[in-house]
Amino acid sequence: MEKKRNYINGLLHGIGTLLTGMKVTGREFFTKKVTEQYPENRKTLVLSDRFRGMLTMPVDKEGRNKCIACGLCQMACPNDTIHIESETITDETSGKKKKVLVKYQYDLGSCMFCQLCVNACPHDAIRFSTEFENAVFDRNTLVKILNKTQSNH
Amino acid sequence: MFDFSIITNWIHEQLISFMPTGLAVFVECVAIGICIMLMYAVLAIIMIFMERKVCAAFQCRLGPMRVGPYGTIQVFADVFKMLIKEIITINHADKFLYNLAPYIVILASIMSFSCLPINKGLEVLDFNVGIFFMLAASSIGIVGILLAGWSSNNKYSLIGAMRSGAQMISYELSIGLSILTIVVLTDTLQLSEIVERQADGWFLFKGHIPAFIAFVIYLIAGNAEVNRGPFDLPEAESELTAGYHTEYSGMHFGLFYVAEFVNLFIIAGIAATIFLGGWMPLHIPGLDGFNQAMDYIPGFVWFFAKAFFIVWLLMWFKWTFPRLRIDQILTLEWKYLVPIGLVNLLLMVIIVVFKLHF
Repeated sequence: MEKKRNYINGLLHGIGTLLTGMKVTGREFFTKKVTEQYPENRKTLVLSDRFRGMLTMPVDKEGRNKCIACGLCQMACPNDTIHIESETITDETSGKKKKVLVKYQYDLGSCMFCQLCVNACPHDAIRFSTEFENAVFDRNTLVKILNKTQSNH
Repeated sequence: MFDFSIITNWIHEQLISFMPTGLAVFVECVAIGICIMLMYAVLAIIMIFMERKVCAAFQCRLGPMRVGPYGTIQVFADVFKMLIKEIITINHADKFLYNLAPYIVILASIMSFSCLPINKGLEVLDFNVGIFFMLAASSIGIVGILLAGWSSNNKYSLIGAMRSGAQMISYELSIGLSILTIVVLTDTLQLSEIVERQADGWFLFKGHIPAFIAFVIYLIAGNAEVNRGPFDLPEAESELTAGYHTEYSGMHFGLFYVAEFVNLFIIAGIAATIFLGGWMPLHIPGLDGFNQAMDYIPGFVWFFAKAFFIVWLLMWFKWTFPRLRIDQILTLEWKYLVPIGLVNLLLMVIIVVFKLHF
């Protein structure tokens, strides 16, 4: 008797689980498809904000960046991707000495997008943009100068 | 309902008006043979395209989209590729059997394909034991698969073929039982007659509970019969590379591939014919206006719509359920489907004897 009940219960349970699976895939059949048809949908392509495409240095309205040339990003980088050139200037009014950024050189070709530089930056001066079409014919064009103007901090 | 035998009779009369009857019949046979082959190829292409698209939809993808609008030319490109590929013969393979095997598979498939009644008056093979003949013809395919596995001189092929043989011979039984259930209800084996009897309601509705059980058993067993997932372990690619057709290349592989897809269509076509009324439109007794409107849709549209709906159902199974082990497959057949099928047959007999069907 016990065995018979197991047989029928097992059968019904099996059918139930199969129907559960079919419900899931049946719903999936009618949902919107996730495929991105990339080159065609270039204009409407939306990437996640957290996508790391290329290191950028955002500027405010006056075109000033927040970099203080502290070099923490350069030290954090495991690949020596970032090179910072700075100079020390004396503020004319207060007479204090101050370090300013001259050149922020970033080599996209050796970057591994680990985001350690962005995490190390104390002033949120750099961040990753979602731009990802980085293919070029010459490796040297991958070396980029991120600061457009000299830092005015 | 438009009767296609008007056209075929007209062609026959035109032919015998200027040639002897024997020659006319021969010419007709050749023409019908060519038509069946053409339809076979076209159906295979449609089925492969449908498989890709439906599979993609179940996996939340789009499937082929690049070649032609919505990827429609993709299958033609693949067929062309398959046609121009080299057919490699393997050392130490049994050359004769190795080359024979795909043709046996395709022969069995075409023979059962030509049994399907597509429209009124458009049945190629239609005689009083039609469905019996179809079952017999479709089981010849097993011989081809066993030959392919045996002659390729490859242990994976052999294991795949043996699995396939065990599985197909087992599930033949369930298919037979579920078809027998419907034959009990119709008291005929002739396919065109089976369709005619469904004019006032499909057998799925007329035979209610046992017909529905038989339908489900038929779908499961039919899916196993054509070696498709979740019963695709004869070609379990993770264990046996590709099973019995591992060593085949070019069009010989193509024949296996095409036969697999058209067999799926044949299984769906039989299911549509004996359970869902074949080319018979949906008739609801009492609603004359509705019935008349349904009659305006041609029979072959009904047939293909039903068949492709069942194909879609089978693809739904395939892309939902994980693959079974060989012991699980045999357990399912011998411990579940066969006993249930036998009880179901008894139930149908009781229902027919006491006239409990509609």
